[in-house]
Amino acid sequence: MRRSWFLIIAATLGFLFLYIPIGSLILFSFNESKLVTVWAGFSTKWYGELLRDEQVLGAVWISARIAFASATLAVVLGTLAAFVLVRMRAFWGKPILRGMTTAPLVMPEVITGLSLLLLFVSMERMIGWPAGRGMVTIIIAHTTFCLAYVAVVVQSRLVDMDESLEEAARDLGAAPVRVFFDVTLPVIAPALVAGWLLAFTLSLDDLVVASFTSGPGASTLPMVIFSKVRLGVSPDINALATLIILVVALGIVIAGLVMRRK
Amino acid sequence: MSRRWIVIAIPMLWLGIFFLLPFIEVARISLVDPAIARPPYTPLFEDGAFMGDLENYAFLLSDSLYINSYLSSIRIAAVSTVLALLVGYPMAYAIARAPEPRRTILLFLVILPFWTSFLLRVYAWIGLLKGNGVINNVLLWMGVIDEPLVMLQTDFAVYVGIVYTYLPFMILPLYATLVKLDESLMEASADLGASRASTFLRITLPLSLPGVVAGCMLVFIPAIGEYVIPALLGGPDTLMIGRVLWDEYFRNRDWPVASAVAIAMLLLIVLPILWMQKMQERA
Repeated sequence: MRRSWFLIIAATLGFLFLYIPIGSLILFSFNESKLVTVWAGFSTKWYGELLRDEQVLGAVWISARIAFASATLAVVLGTLAAFVLVRMRAFWGKPILRGMTTAPLVMPEVITGLSLLLLFVSMERMIGWPAGRGMVTIIIAHTTFCLAYVAVVVQSRLVDMDESLEEAARDLGAAPVRVFFDVTLPVIAPALVAGWLLAFTLSLDDLVVASFTSGPGASTLPMVIFSKVRLGVSPDINALATLIILVVALGIVIAGLVMRRK
Repeated sequence: MSRRWIVIAIPMLWLGIFFLLPFIEVARISLVDPAIARPPYTPLFEDGAFMGDLENYAFLLSDSLYINSYLSSIRIAAVSTVLALLVGYPMAYAIARAPEPRRTILLFLVILPFWTSFLLRVYAWIGLLKGNGVINNVLLWMGVIDEPLVMLQTDFAVYVGIVYTYLPFMILPLYATLVKLDESLMEASADLGASRASTFLRITLPLSLPGVVAGCMLVFIPAIGEYVIPALLGGPDTLMIGRVLWDEYFRNRDWPVASAVAIAMLLLIVLPILWMQKMQERA
């Protein structure tokens, strides 16, 4: 195959387009000046400022707890949904369940957020729960849309799995629950890990749904970042971005090493 | 038998309550009037009488703001999708043709930004596009321009933001179809004397059409409901339906009109999905 200079140049420009913004975020986090766009010497003072910002630190803690809870719930519910869709024989509710696990993937966030908020308000009036809005309502909202992503990941793994393994276990007299925990679950475990990480990232990243379903005192990290960013560019946000990129890069390297060892 | 139903009931109940029921709520509240009360809307049934009407929908049709933002969402999403295709196709093709170890690394580099914060990636463009931002400073320093270009708070900035954040969703399906293409077809075309352009237009492009359709949908559908990108990069006159819904709720506190906007917006999302399903059935 001949070498195409057009393709090489286009791809190089494309990758520059993808990475220049990230590079500039990192670069200007070490800038001495408050102006994020003019270089005025190397400094790490914005990192110090960030680590003293209690609003940001509090929001990191809230977001981490929300993401952990929603990812875990989403993996349990998403796996159940995927199992019903792939392994169970057809019944009246299956098309409905299929629709309900795919629709959240294409639903605009503003609609998901508004509709859940309206539901929470009506539920509170009718049954008194959830009393007010805060972390619990955000966790419910995040679980609902993350569940759909987990279901997609787990479904594809279940489809690829060799069903004769489960049949063999059943023929040897194992009860369905035992077959699931001893045979199915270990085989689909990598998909559960991938789904959990995806759900965790999506929850950590969400601004819109959290803004609708949050209440006073439960500002997530994206909500705090958004309110700061709206006032203009500030170097401590660059420092935060750099730390996030560092954590993600580390996570991916560790995940890569673990996968390679397996 | 009963265990089977428990397994079915748990996800069904969760999604029924927290996904289906909310839409019934949106539909219900889109039919009532706003009120100065808690919650800020009137009941749909009062003393057994049905109190709903289509006033909110009539309002959406009468005020040009809503129709304009509806049309402008479609325009902005469509332009961004075409731009993402133009940027993404050569990248996907180059990755598909790269030799093996390099191919995996390049593919990884495409996905990597997706795992970092979406909000912060949009924020990065504020620093680049500002009047005294990085791009203007570089261009001024090189002498290409004499005074800073106005790029932030324009539709252009919104296109850049959408293409930037959704590019991986364009590249991945394109790559998936291009990597499976049989190279001997292209070689045969070249041997028979076709030019590169002609081989591309008559062989490669038609065969990669499923990837093009999938990639375009994955960019177009989320772009149409986008809130963050027009809010941070767009100007005050960059109208998008997601932003209008946000403002109706957070700024005007008009829950019934916000609900009517949500229902109207759903139609905007459902139509391209139905179209794509039809395309897939034909393929």
